[in-house]
Amino acid sequence: MKFVKTVFIVLSAFLVGSFSFAAGGGGYVKDFDFSFEGPFGAYDQNQLQRGLKVYTEVCSSCHGLKYVPLRTLADKDGLGYSEDQVRAYAEYYEIFDPELDDYRAAVPADHFPAVVDAGAPDLSLMAKARAGFHGPYGTGISQLVNGMGGPEYIASLLTGYTGEEKEEYGSVFYENTAYPGKWIAMAPPLYGEDVDYDDGHANDIYSEAQDVAAFLMWAAEPKMMARKHSGFVGVLFLVLLSFLLYLTNKRLWAPIKKESISS
Amino acid sequence: MSGIPHDHYEPKTKGEKWLNSRLPIVGLLYDTIMIPTPKNLNWMWIWGIVLTFCLALQIITGIVLAMHYTPHVDMAFASIEHIMRNVNGGHMIRYLHSNGASLFFIAVYAHIFRGLYYGSYKAPREITWIIGMLIYLLMMGTAFMGYVLPWGQMSFWGATVITGLFGAIPFIGEPIQTLLLGGPAVDNATLNRFFSLHYLFPFLIAGLVIVHIWAFHTTGNNNPTGVEVRRTSKAEAEKDTVSFWPYFVIKDLFALAVLLAVFFAIVGFMPNYLGHPDNYIEANPLATPAHIVPEWYFLPFYAILRAFTAEVWVVQFASFVTGGIIDAKFFGVLAMFGAIIVMALAPWLDTSSVRSARYRPMLKWWFGILVFDFFALMWLGAMPAEEPYATLSLIASAYWFGYFLVILPLLGIIEKPGSQPTSIEEDFKKKQLKKADKDDDYFSKPDATPAE
Repeated sequence: MKFVKTVFIVLSAFLVGSFSFAAGGGGYVKDFDFSFEGPFGAYDQNQLQRGLKVYTEVCSSCHGLKYVPLRTLADKDGLGYSEDQVRAYAEYYEIFDPELDDYRAAVPADHFPAVVDAGAPDLSLMAKARAGFHGPYGTGISQLVNGMGGPEYIASLLTGYTGEEKEEYGSVFYENTAYPGKWIAMAPPLYGEDVDYDDGHANDIYSEAQDVAAFLMWAAEPKMMARKHSGFVGVLFLVLLSFLLYLTNKRLWAPIKKESISS
Repeated sequence: MSGIPHDHYEPKTKGEKWLNSRLPIVGLLYDTIMIPTPKNLNWMWIWGIVLTFCLALQIITGIVLAMHYTPHVDMAFASIEHIMRNVNGGHMIRYLHSNGASLFFIAVYAHIFRGLYYGSYKAPREITWIIGMLIYLLMMGTAFMGYVLPWGQMSFWGATVITGLFGAIPFIGEPIQTLLLGGPAVDNATLNRFFSLHYLFPFLIAGLVIVHIWAFHTTGNNNPTGVEVRRTSKAEAEKDTVSFWPYFVIKDLFALAVLLAVFFAIVGFMPNYLGHPDNYIEANPLATPAHIVPEWYFLPFYAILRAFTAEVWVVQFASFVTGGIIDAKFFGVLAMFGAIIVMALAPWLDTSSVRSARYRPMLKWWFGILVFDFFALMWLGAMPAEEPYATLSLIASAYWFGYFLVILPLLGIIEKPGSQPTSIEEDFKKKQLKKADKDDDYFSKPDATPAE
């Protein structure tokens, strides 16, 4: 039995310390508090709507969201806009329609357009494609405690510019404390008070960065609330089932065990 | 089926007799599920059921995913996002499938190390062991090809690195690599054949699982003492065993439910924890990721692959003797496959007459180091290829081979085994008495003193 216990301890220790790594690493990522963290955390609808505004007015000039359907802006556990609001928002974008062979205003059935001209990466999955937290020493404990850190990385990056810049081979690079290579090609997109929020929320650079990071987390994982709910229901029922099976098993084996002692 | 004397299925009604004389399927199922099983199996004997469940889970979720997935380099990545966003319940099905692979490998490693500790591989269970190793190899192939299907950065570059290993084989390597890839590099042809094989392999595994069960139902289960069930009479056999249904089915289901509670917590609350963020970036043949790291379950063998560099004297010696045919890259490939082959040969490398490490005072320690070594290799596989990790990998790899090639054969000769119980019945009784004593200490119930 000692061996069995040891194996369980080792296995659980190992589950705690997964060995996944993120590319790069090395930049400083601040552990921002987001409302959707933890097993019961949920998206803050107002924050997502503010984040969409930052994306629309600032990010969307260079970055696309090509995997995100516009209609999902009406998702109840996401931004929660009405269908009319989504339709009105969609018209803001011009989409190339291969059937018309021309551009037309977007409708909710379309995706956010891909923006390729600026050579900037698509942001649909950015919050899952970057990890803010690592290690220590490849143990994965930091990710387990703090989460993968995608939105934290985005918020840290947007607020991590030092103001230093340098020119290399004709391109300008900007120093950023969160970026793994320290020097990033993206010019500082936010300075604070770039966007006027409809709900009157403070629009300093930290608020804007966190709002857009939360919005991008939603864009990457729109079903997070449904997933956490399924997970919770699954765990609840399985714990109950385990308890019942434990009792069944104990009762089932009792005569066998009793008999072995008295024989 | 089993050589252990027990009651067989007797058709009673007219209908049962009619069926049985034409197809004895009820009898086959009855004998399988009612097989006499050693009473004293501990919690390390739950993994078989867990593995069977995993195979079923992966096949069922996989079939649903295949309905919505598009195996084309331009559309694969987007079709995964389609599953995650538009397919009803698609995000849960995909996360169950991707994390299901991790559960599958946790269970298979626990299952393999249980076999190594309790000597389950020894005569007469060598065939069971070998079939098990084949299943494990197929699992690795299936998991590897499955990881390529989302067509993310790690999918693409993992496929490039791993198929490149086959290219390291002298003379025939390049044609083999081309055959695997369906062309000169990882491309649409590679994705298509990987998808096809990823769908095929689980059914081969299912077939081998049936043979695996058939084999150990013929020899009977091993048990923590390694002492065989007494087969001289049915009465004696019945003292050592209970039927699989309901005793072990319920026990295993309980263990499965506990594990699944943890599994659902991971799927629900941290489904990307065991994955790699880079795989949410679409494959780009022009941009190599900073670190190409395989999934955690390949890391121990990946560490062995990387450990044998051109600076290691064994590699230099092999290269010198073969006139350069075995270079460092090929040596690494040989070492990686060799690490699994030596494990598969354990039945013939282990010279001890005692099965269970419970009664092998020296093996216990060496086995403990082997388990530690396995986790050390897993950790080293994820670290960058630089000092001190390179030297540590080499030491850890050497121990892996040393355990199977030196320690197992030698211990049989130099080790003095402890005394084994005469029967499973005795072992089971001892355990129950010990438990009863413990309960007395806790509750000090005088009437619970066992009659002895």
